[in-house]
Amino acid sequence: MSRFIANVRKVFKFKYIVNWLLIAAALVVLILLSNAGALDRSTTGLLSKIAYSIILATSLNLVVGFLGELSLGHAGFACLGAYIGTFAAGLLRESIDNKLVVFILAMFIGGAVAAVFGFIIGLPALRLKGDYLAIVTLAFGEIVRNIFKNLPMFGGAMGYASKTYNQKELFIIAFVAVILVLILMQNLIRSKHGRAITAIRDNEIAARAMGVNVTFYKLFVFVIAAFFAGIAGVIYGHFTTPILYTKFDYNFSIEILVMVVLGGMGSINGSIISATLITIINFELQARLSGDLAAVRTLVYAIILILIVIFNNAPALKPIKERFGLSGIKEKLLAKKANGATAKEGRNNG
Amino acid sequence: MADLMLETKNLGISFGGLKAVQDVNLQIKKNELYGLVGPNGAGKTTVFNMLTGVYQPTTGTFYLDGEELKGKSQEKINHKGIARTFQNIRLFDNMSVIRNVLVALHNRPEFKYTPFDAMLHTPRYYDVEVRMRDKAKEILDVFGLLEERNNLACNLSYGTQRRLEIARALATSPKLLLLDEPAAGMNPNETAELMEIVKSIRDRFDLTVLLIEHDMKFVSGLCDRVTVLNFGTTLAQGTTAEALNDPEVIRAYIGG
Repeated sequence: MSRFIANVRKVFKFKYIVNWLLIAAALVVLILLSNAGALDRSTTGLLSKIAYSIILATSLNLVVGFLGELSLGHAGFACLGAYIGTFAAGLLRESIDNKLVVFILAMFIGGAVAAVFGFIIGLPALRLKGDYLAIVTLAFGEIVRNIFKNLPMFGGAMGYASKTYNQKELFIIAFVAVILVLILMQNLIRSKHGRAITAIRDNEIAARAMGVNVTFYKLFVFVIAAFFAGIAGVIYGHFTTPILYTKFDYNFSIEILVMVVLGGMGSINGSIISATLITIINFELQARLSGDLAAVRTLVYAIILILIVIFNNAPALKPIKERFGLSGIKEKLLAKKANGATAKEGRNNG
Repeated sequence: MADLMLETKNLGISFGGLKAVQDVNLQIKKNELYGLVGPNGAGKTTVFNMLTGVYQPTTGTFYLDGEELKGKSQEKINHKGIARTFQNIRLFDNMSVIRNVLVALHNRPEFKYTPFDAMLHTPRYYDVEVRMRDKAKEILDVFGLLEERNNLACNLSYGTQRRLEIARALATSPKLLLLDEPAAGMNPNETAELMEIVKSIRDRFDLTVLLIEHDMKFVSGLCDRVTVLNFGTTLAQGTTAEALNDPEVIRAYIGG
């Protein structure tokens, strides 16, 4: 036991858990606000959206940022989770009375079914690269949603109407799921398995020559990412009714990818921040630009995205950023990494 | 012969109609330092690629320590005990020096834990990680890279990157180490230093080394025996002094 504690001391760093501790702290505040009646239904709805967006963005980051494969079918896994998870929840409700237990079981079922499909889509990923894999995954996402569209048991084109739960409870469970997913994902990245995955991204030939089982890890990452995306889908399915197949089109996959790219490939914290921001921006735009202004919504959204990208990269903005003490954050972080103690994991690719 | 580490029998490969390498017969003894030389395009790296499973030989076969490895995958061959470096350095550029070595320690039986141990950070995870990092530091120390361990691999100088590549290959605990032009791009000081390192790791890690090199001083200073390839066929084979002074070999290199 004392040896275990000594080992933990050598490997563990406080910064590894800061992100989910902050989320947990925010959750406690939100629960208190919710009990005081300060949160209305639209706010709790937004919180649930943020929760599933974070899970989707971080899990896609596993594939795109850490494994280095471009996947455009992430919405397909969420779609599977949403339909199968809520369907399973409907069946379970007949025999189990506890809403919470049903929801947790539904998350596992939705995640597991998505994981099976993650395995199937991982198989071509072993042979295809770059653009070609992107096309296959894109097609996968479209196929999945069209299958659900044509299944009468899921309501067909009218959508699948499920009994949703009280949104106030839901956002709490959703954020607990976020925290658990983050812990599992970060623990995985900070292990020899995570190192093997990033080694494949950095140099697949060298990784093979070092005895890394590339086949296993590619499939493994696709399965894990699909499992988490499936869980996100179940969360989505539990606060939206009816579940419409149109939600899970390629635009949704691209939106998740945008979250990953804006947050930084291979940066979990970046994905969390950008998923939160983009979801809030979308939500606000939808609330403010309604009626006649709805036509310009996507235009404004696009302009905001472009501004964020420019702000991230434009050299011309450097003096302005310096004035506000924003410049060189990335450089400082990199320098710190280069000089810091051993085992710098969760690398930010920039 | 039981004391052979690597034996190739009529090893050859054709790409379409092009016979890139034909009938290479190597017999490398345990703990030997063996050279593979020849003019550019002779097929030396192709031999390495066959021995590590990158290419599947179309004719012949090869044995490591008596076990036939032809047809096995790159990962499997590495597990069986052949590790290599690359002619054009292939490090994990965006990883720190120590992580490069940690990746290579991946498959050692003493450092096994499952992805579930990793995700849940079980006591086993902590135990193995601590031991892995100690081992990685030990290997880096042999190559004088301990001070550099937290630098990114892409920020190292060329010679240091070559040393790291050898360190990384060694971390997979090979029986046979294949070095593809280890001294390329090194200055004379670094080359002399590298010769000492290769000799010392041979003794320390009980290795057999097969190396490709164009620097003849390096080859004759280090290798017990060499094979000379030209246009994919064996031109000469034997002790280093004999083979390198063979008139055929001199003609192949200098022309005439």
